[in-house]
Order: sequence, then structure tokens, then C-alpha cells
Amino acid sequence: MSIRIHKPGLLTTVQDLGRTGYGKYGVIVSGAMDRSAHRIANWIAGNDDSAAALEITLSGFAAEFGQDHWIAITGGQMTPVINGRDVPMWRPVFVRQGSRLVFKRPVSGCRAYLAVSGGLDVPVVLGSRSTYLRAGIGGFEGRALKAGDELSVGLAPLRNPHPFPGERESRQSKASTISGAAGEDGSFYAVSWAVPWSVLPAYSPNPEIRFVRGRQWDDFTLRSRQAFAESSYKVTPQSDRMGYRLAGSPIMLESPREYLSEAVALGTVQIPADGQSIVLMADRQTLGGYPKIAQVISVDLPVMAQAAPGEHIKFREVTLQEAESLYLCQERKLKRLEMMIRLKLKEGYHA
Amino acid sequence: MAWSFFPLGDSAVLIEFGSGVDEKIHQEIRAAVRRIEGRPFPGFIECVSAFNTLCVYYDLMGLRLPGRKMTAYEHVCSLLREMEKTAGDDKEVQSGQVIDIPVCYGGEFGPDLGHVAELNGLSEEDVISIHAGGQYLVYAIGFAPGFPYLGGMPDTIAAPRKKTPRLSIPAGSVGIAGAQTGIYPIETPGGWQIIGRTPLELFRPGDSPPTLLQGGDYIRFCPIGPEEYRRLRGMQPL
Repeated sequence: MSIRIHKPGLLTTVQDLGRTGYGKYGVIVSGAMDRSAHRIANWIAGNDDSAAALEITLSGFAAEFGQDHWIAITGGQMTPVINGRDVPMWRPVFVRQGSRLVFKRPVSGCRAYLAVSGGLDVPVVLGSRSTYLRAGIGGFEGRALKAGDELSVGLAPLRNPHPFPGERESRQSKASTISGAAGEDGSFYAVSWAVPWSVLPAYSPNPEIRFVRGRQWDDFTLRSRQAFAESSYKVTPQSDRMGYRLAGSPIMLESPREYLSEAVALGTVQIPADGQSIVLMADRQTLGGYPKIAQVISVDLPVMAQAAPGEHIKFREVTLQEAESLYLCQERKLKRLEMMIRLKLKEGYHA
Repeated sequence: MAWSFFPLGDSAVLIEFGSGVDEKIHQEIRAAVRRIEGRPFPGFIECVSAFNTLCVYYDLMGLRLPGRKMTAYEHVCSLLREMEKTAGDDKEVQSGQVIDIPVCYGGEFGPDLGHVAELNGLSEEDVISIHAGGQYLVYAIGFAPGFPYLGGMPDTIAAPRKKTPRLSIPAGSVGIAGAQTGIYPIETPGGWQIIGRTPLELFRPGDSPPTLLQGGDYIRFCPIGPEEYRRLRGMQPL
């Protein structure tokens, strides 16, 4: 065992980038809600994109490391502490065996990712390690984590720092990359560099979320379309990994009718009969029968995924062309970030 | 019928093939899926079909965009239009298999059978023989893993959904909702009128393909008794 769960908190699941290729069998994609934060956590831990990591929701999570590990914590700021000391996010952190990681309270965002060098070693089911809660497959025994669960970790691609910087050193280590803040009791050690804010998604409380028009946009009343694009919508507590349920000015069809079920996508905004939007997220079903007013653009999905209940969302329309170029631009930035991280790790700790 | 294209955000194209629930449209979609999956373009992720639509998901970074003049969406549409042109070149569309689904109707497995009968002024036996008398086309799989959207149920046994959904419906339950019938592959909450249960497993995550039924298959319901149900489930006889 390598990570023992003391408290799972609100919801902690094993996720990777999702289960694609099985939509025609009704198998949902699942995967990390904030895919950017998930990918970056894996890169920092020296892993590939496809490695499994923990998605930790809001508060109450506590776990203990059964071995020394390189880890990375990214995503929402939920005050992670190791043995009582704040641990910095978005950078490599070396934790000693027996250290205890706790998320104290959510400050901003609502999902954090904990990647461990080597990746979480759970079986691949239908091409993915993601947890599919409703079908009870994937992840750790097909379910959310519970107290007492013990997770194994794969072979780490990073070597342990030597000497461990927290220990009393006879001389200053020559490798300057190994300078940073250590936990007082030597329980962890964080490197001095971190992922720059400029490359991260535009995280913000009460964010603006950009959309392109959905297939049934024209079926809604003019007033509804204006309300959708101009007023703000509150994230309700009924929101979950399946979808964000928003409350606000109702969105009504010009003339109510039944629609045949058809495929939906990550970020589809569908409107049930009560006129309150649902933004479909990672655990969405493959097909849906509600009319679609909009589609959240790909670059804003990580921002959406960090919106917590009680926050307000404001939608803004962009063209499909803008959505595409924003996405390509962001992916190029992330590619550069990945290369930069790999170089940094090579200087320091690559096995 | 010409294909119509709609963007589903910045990473998917929805193709519409006419309107309504129609076996011809369904066959056309199946032929299109085979063609697209048979010659996947760079960046193609997967296809998901429904009654009269087919959705093609793609990875924007994986596409080979010819230049800056064309958006990624237009590029994917043009690739799909090329495939549309060759539609009809296919050899005869392979017809789906016919799969028998044994169902133990009524009793503890079908608590709403009496209600469905009463609503339609029929006896329970009538409902069973009407439900088991037809052949149903699997138009699509969705809602839950392996859940078939079936066409072909006679209106004479239609019944509205329950006002208050049950918190848990066991896997294998066979139900009616409006003029639709279906089978629950996994235990889930639901508002369908439950008339029976099959001992077969519809979702088989360890197998390839992972579901008993696939779009294009036909199914027939075959009434069985509780003893047979237990035998097929590998349970001890009562």
C-alpha cells in the first residue's frame, strides 16, 4: 500500500482523462472534471497524461503516505496541509513515509487533484482507470473512496532527492533546483519552482463562461436567449459530476415540444421543462432528450468545473471560430508547459 | 436523404438524417457509422448514434487542417461529405441479429404488470402475450450502459411513467414508459412501469463488445417462469 485514506471527504474518486470509444454502448466518458489541472498534476509528478490521480471535492479529505513519494497537488485551492504545515500547490513536492495530507477548507475552486509519481495503480476497465460510479466499474473497486482504503502506486519515474533537503546537510547541495521549502518536521519538501499562473485556465470566483449557440438556440424565446446571454445564474447545491444545475431567469421554448434523444457532449447546456439550465459535465449520459441552448467552449470547461455551489456564472457568446482558436492556442501553451516541466524534472530528479 | 450538419460545440459534429423514428433512417445511420469507423480520419475519436442523428467527436489537435481558410468544423464536415458521396456504394447492409430475451413476467419481478393491464382494460396474460408477441428493433444504446432504445411496442399496452420514481430498480427489469419498452442493464432509480425481469446481463464490462445488445439488433421477449429464471441466473431451485 502506498496511500491510505483516513477520510474521503465529500467525494474522492480515481480519475484519468476518461473512457472514450464506448459511447455507442451507452458507456459514459467520466474522467477528471478539470482536465487541465489533472494533466498538469500528472506532468509535475513525472507521469503521462493518461495516469490516474485522485479528484478530491471541496473538503474533509485526509490521507497518509505509506512510502516516500513525489506528488503534485493542483486544481482548486482547498488549503492542503501536510503534518499541519501548508503545502504549496502546482509544483513537485516530495513527501516522506508516514506523512499525513489533509485538505483543511475550500478557499477557491472546488476540485483538487492529487497525482503521485508512478500513477495510481488500479485496473484498466474498458480502456480507462476512471471511476464510473453508477455502473460500479473502474477506479478503485468501481466506487468512491472510503476511510481505510489503501491505494497502490505504480513505478515512479522520478528518483528520490538525495540528500533529502529537510535533513541537516553538511554542505549546500550543488543542484540549485533542490532548494525550496520543507515541512518543519521534515515530513515534506517542495521545490522552488511552480507552474506560472499565466498558463493556467482563467480560474475565478463567479466566472464568465463563454459559449457557442446550441442546436436548438432558435427554438427558445427571444427573451430567454437574451436572459441566457446577459443575466447571471447561480450554481445550485444539486450540481455534481454529471452536471451543473443552475438557477436564474427561466429559459423557455417558443412552443414546447418533444425532442428525440440525441448525443450530447461535455459542456452541453440543456434546458428541461422547468426552464433551468443544466451544464453537462464529466459523468453525463451519452444521449439526452432536452433541447440544447448552448455549448460551453472547451477552454472554459476547467473554469466551469471549479465553480462551487453558491457562485454565479455569467455566460458570454463567442463564435465557433473563436472557440476553436482559443482551444488551439491553449493547447499549444499547455504543450510548452509540459516540455518545460519535463526539462525541469530532468535537471532535478528523473530516474 | 441528404445529411445535415450541426456543430455540437468546438469538438463534435452532429449529423441529422431526416426526422422521426424510422427503420430506413436507422439503417442509413448504421451504414454511415460503418463507413466512418472503417476509415477514421486523423483526429476522429468516436461516433454515437441515436434515432435520426449521428454524432462524430473529434480531437481538434489531432485534425490535419489544410490551412487557415477553413475552420476545424468545416474541415470535419468536408471529410464527412466525402463519405456521404460514397453512400450507397456499400454492399448490402448487414442485418442485425435477432436476440431472444427470456423474461419472467409479473409477481415480484414485475410489480406493475397488473397496473399496466388495468390501465389498458386487458388481463395480465394479454399484456404478456402482446409484449412478447412482437419483434423490436434496437435503435440506439444509451441512457445507461447497454440500455436499448427499442421501437415497435404496440400502443395497446402503453402506460405513463410512475408519478414518483422508484429509488432503485434491479438490473434486468423490463419496463414500459409511454409507448416505449426497455430493459434496465444496471440497478438505477427510475419511473418506468416494471412488468418483468430478465436473467440475462445486458452490461458486460469484461467482454468485447461490453453489451449484450447493439444498435441494429432485433429482440424478442420470451416468457419464462420463476424456476426457469432461477436456473438461468444460476441460482438454487426454490
